[in-house]
Amino acid sequence: MQNLAQQLINYLLHLADTTLILSQRNSEWCGHGPVLEQDIAITNISLDLLGQSRNFYQYAAQLINESKNMQDTKALSSFGEGVGSEITEDSLAYLRTEREFKNLLLTELPNGDWGQTILRQYLFSQYQYLLFEQLQQNKDEQLAAICTKALKEIKYHIRWSSEWVLRLGDGTPESKQRMLVAINELWRYIGEMFIAVDYEKEMNIDLIALQNNWAEKVDVIFQEATLSIPKNTFMQIGGKTGTHTENLGFILTELQYMQRAYPNSQW
Amino acid sequence: MNIQHFEQLFQSKIDKEIKIESKDWMPEAYRKTNIRQISQHAHSEIVGMLPEGNWISRAPSLKRKAILIAKVQDEAGHGLYLYSAAETLGMSREEMIADLNSGKAKYSSIFNYPSLTWADMGAIGWLVDGAAILNQVMLCRTSYGPYARALVRICKEESFHQRQGFETLLVLSKGTEEQKAMCQDAINRWWWPSLMMFGPKDSESTNNDQSMKWKIKRKTNDELRQQFVDMAAEQVKVLGMALPDDKLKWNPTTKHYNWGEINWDEFWAVVKGNGPCNKQRLAARNKAHNDGAWVREAANAYAVKKAKAQAAKEALEAA
Repeated sequence: MQNLAQQLINYLLHLADTTLILSQRNSEWCGHGPVLEQDIAITNISLDLLGQSRNFYQYAAQLINESKNMQDTKALSSFGEGVGSEITEDSLAYLRTEREFKNLLLTELPNGDWGQTILRQYLFSQYQYLLFEQLQQNKDEQLAAICTKALKEIKYHIRWSSEWVLRLGDGTPESKQRMLVAINELWRYIGEMFIAVDYEKEMNIDLIALQNNWAEKVDVIFQEATLSIPKNTFMQIGGKTGTHTENLGFILTELQYMQRAYPNSQW
Repeated sequence: MNIQHFEQLFQSKIDKEIKIESKDWMPEAYRKTNIRQISQHAHSEIVGMLPEGNWISRAPSLKRKAILIAKVQDEAGHGLYLYSAAETLGMSREEMIADLNSGKAKYSSIFNYPSLTWADMGAIGWLVDGAAILNQVMLCRTSYGPYARALVRICKEESFHQRQGFETLLVLSKGTEEQKAMCQDAINRWWWPSLMMFGPKDSESTNNDQSMKWKIKRKTNDELRQQFVDMAAEQVKVLGMALPDDKLKWNPTTKHYNWGEINWDEFWAVVKGNGPCNKQRLAARNKAHNDGAWVREAANAYAVKKAKAQAAKEALEAA
């Protein structure tokens, strides 16, 4: 069993990795969106998520460095030692490996078409909003503050992405068909959002309430979009504990290329 | 009143520095020149997203990634203002984009060069945005009001981008030997194409005279190019790097830098579509447009459905 400090660090890394990887995926649209305004919107969401991930990484780095000073060497294992001796947001993002990343599987899936991208964004943002609402009450003030700040952004992400779910679900026969494919593609990765792993257990998150609220909200949007929630889907898990899909290795290869090719450099 | 009278009135407004607005009478050639220039500028912003966008996934730190995403997003925003400014002259954004995608409309040739290393993000910011700014600062005083106003906003952001680009190079110039080499290599590759951004020599430019008279342009290509060389020749010293021109030398008589000769064969080859990335850039734009067709159709269909439902609801309430 990990001690509390380790659990918090791991949990922060889970939040940081999740937002970083989704940011990385969304940013692939930059310059390639279906309409200029929407290109800007998805890029903006990517930038928001990147900002959130940096806040989580920075806080995690601070906690790791503090525990290092206390000679608590146990807490140091697998927190991406690299650039010098000081752990930074960059050593955490750029020097940890695919088995150390703790992002949700959902975030690392390929973008697919625009429908799949906006559906993932909606399903994730809705989850993230309800989760952060709980976390802003967390007894760890710094974590609570980061989540409070992010909630303003996430509110917009939900509005934007849910509007797209409506447009594409209730748009043309083709767009509806594509949304059905997207739902089918993404749904088996929803489950792990609501299953606590070791390091989450002391975070005071009510995952059952979270799941119920989430399902209720999604149901409202899906009904209006003339889409339905799949039943009895087998759920893939593992992202939170570092067992990923084959996609993550390729994402990290690209994301970490510069830091791996030119170690110990300032940028 | 005959047409000469309108033309005189128009020219006298220009001479008195009164901005021309979209509803004002204007010579057809003035309208066409502005549509061509503003839409080309918009296309350049949009195509310009590609060489930098392809480094977002590989940016070497989270901070640099955030700066780069924000920058490329700004360019998309500039494209939006500019398409809107051009639309005031009577051409729709759809038509302009169709012309870009078919290869009929031009965009700045600089974006037909590849961005090969991280240092290119710095060099593009410093040199390409730097060259663009000189042109755009001049254009903030252009005679067509909507274009001039869009440019005021754009210039503020562009000068920020230029400083960020220079700062990116400055960090590299103080880094490891590999980083310094990367920095110099990027300057070597982007220098001459940046000088080409100002267009053909004045003696060979077909659009210069009339555009100057109508105050669409206020400085000639060669004037702006010289201003750019003078600026960059000083700034490169701060980086401790060199511009790739052995003829570059301060001339105390003219108070300007002397410099070498642009490879005009290369310039025309790229303009005519034979640059290293012309094909890839247009292919990327076409792919985005074609892949997005079903999305735009669905959004339109949904908007129509909603409008009908709203109208039906209002009719019911009125009855």
